[in-house]
Amino acid sequence: MPRKSWLGMALIGAALALAPIVVGASLGNAWVRVLDFAALYIMLALGLNIVVGFAGLLDLGYIAFYAVGAYLYALLASPHFGIHWPAWAILPLGAAVAGLFGVLLGAPTLRLRGDYLAIVTLGFGEIIRIFLNNLNTPINITNGPKGIARIDPISVFGQPLSKPVEFLGITFSGVMLYYYLFVVLALGIVFVGIRLQDSRIGRAWVAIREDEIAAKACGINTRNVKLLAFAMGATFGGVSGGLFAGFQEFVSPESFGLMESVMVLCMVVLGGMGHIPGVVLGGLMLTVLPEAFRHGAGPMQQAMFGKVLLDPEALRMLLFGLALIAVMLYRPAGLWPEPRHRRELAK
Amino acid sequence: MTVLLEARGVTKYFGGVQALKDVSLTINAGEIYGLIGPNGAGKTTFFNALTGLYQRDGGEIGFCGAALRLSSPHEVAKAGIARTFQNIRLFANMTARENVMVGRHSRTRAGVVGAVLRDRATRAEEAALRRRADELLRYVGIEHRADDIARHLAYGDQRRLEIARALATDPKLLALDEPAAGMNATETASLKSLIEGLRADGLTVLLIEHDVKLVMGLCDRVAVLDYGEKIAEDVPASVQRNPKVIEAYLGGAA
Repeated sequence: MPRKSWLGMALIGAALALAPIVVGASLGNAWVRVLDFAALYIMLALGLNIVVGFAGLLDLGYIAFYAVGAYLYALLASPHFGIHWPAWAILPLGAAVAGLFGVLLGAPTLRLRGDYLAIVTLGFGEIIRIFLNNLNTPINITNGPKGIARIDPISVFGQPLSKPVEFLGITFSGVMLYYYLFVVLALGIVFVGIRLQDSRIGRAWVAIREDEIAAKACGINTRNVKLLAFAMGATFGGVSGGLFAGFQEFVSPESFGLMESVMVLCMVVLGGMGHIPGVVLGGLMLTVLPEAFRHGAGPMQQAMFGKVLLDPEALRMLLFGLALIAVMLYRPAGLWPEPRHRRELAK
Repeated sequence: MTVLLEARGVTKYFGGVQALKDVSLTINAGEIYGLIGPNGAGKTTFFNALTGLYQRDGGEIGFCGAALRLSSPHEVAKAGIARTFQNIRLFANMTARENVMVGRHSRTRAGVVGAVLRDRATRAEEAALRRRADELLRYVGIEHRADDIARHLAYGDQRRLEIARALATDPKLLALDEPAAGMNATETASLKSLIEGLRADGLTVLLIEHDVKLVMGLCDRVAVLDYGEKIAEDVPASVQRNPKVIEAYLGGAA
């Protein structure tokens, strides 16, 4: 690797390491928490990117895999069943179980494409949520709409990440510790994504996206390769779900609605479908900007008009919608598309 | 001469329409075999029934001495039949080289673990794959476009790229569906020498073509389909004089 890219990576690494300290000191821990969520959503978006961006399979129920990972963690590490497995055991299991669900969802949808596939996956996402909502009778498995509380926090080397740690004279709060864990895992997922993209499997995914019939004629077993895409994407979702459960120490079906699936899809599309840096950017922006707006809109109106004219929450959704429309009109390939597609659009 | 492909009684229905009626033909190893016929005669249907894109309603196909079962396209490709499409079907947003690399999917093995870990075997396979792709691009004469997006290629080059991609599957039989369609005289002439080169290198070619001059100049034997039936099969010169063929092309003589 050339020296320049080593330097770039070192700078990015330093920025990522310092970010929570700087943000925590200047804006407070609430904002570090936003960064934690940004990392979680980036992992989700990268998983969905495999299905939607690489293989071109429009999946509107992706959040179901997040739910599977989260509930698996909740059930295996909470007083609900009195089971307290460690996170390092649950997270890989969550990835595997979510991957299995990915195959289960993928199998009946193999012949579907585009809008039909979107509707079936949307239904699948809702089924999972409704199951979680109702599996409290006759046997109480998920505790229904009340959700599962008092989930064990994630521990690394015996240290629960929810407890602050002093190191080099700096107090690292729980959200900061989680930040480091999430960023490391997100970087791992970025790495896996990049490696997959530039491989035999990644090319087969793109080939299916481009022309399924030609892909078959090239000797690609499209059934297996598509199922692999669903499984890989779901695996990422399952891991981030488990992290989410440990981080929040509480899960309920509410967190896994259709709107969440749509948000993750927006991150992928807005950032640049199939382009990993673009998807990361999309995930970061769609987590941080709405939060900034939520905090900033009220005081800004106060300062400009002397009173709050519009409810910040309603205004936020309005602007979010407008931003999406603008991006799709003026940058249809996303904010940071693959260079070759950008060349395409410049012509 | 050894028989490479033997089709016996291949039949295909679309609803009540019988698109292929008991089509039987044999292709010998090393020959260029032409399949001609008026529009709608069932040539492409035969291709699709052969390559697994359509499920046959009857008939058997023997390939390399073994029965080619009713199987899916990727299995047919792996068995050694590669094809191109009448309306070019490239992976439009991939580079020319990537297109050819995808063609070698069934001849390579790397899976998810190999892709992520990039172990020695995977790297070696990937390097060999790249070399082979570049070789094939050179073979069809478009190596200078290797890094260009497929859809930016000129029409004739796209046809060539599709042939390179088909060759990447290491076929024993290459089935070309109207490769000269839309080409000008110069492009057709250089396509002709490309196909002759393929035969010289030991490949068997099945060719659907409308350009009669190309077919007559290139093919060792020709079969004629009309309304889903084979009405003639012979060397080009005698097919040309066959009254049934003339009738099929020019309409019933009064």
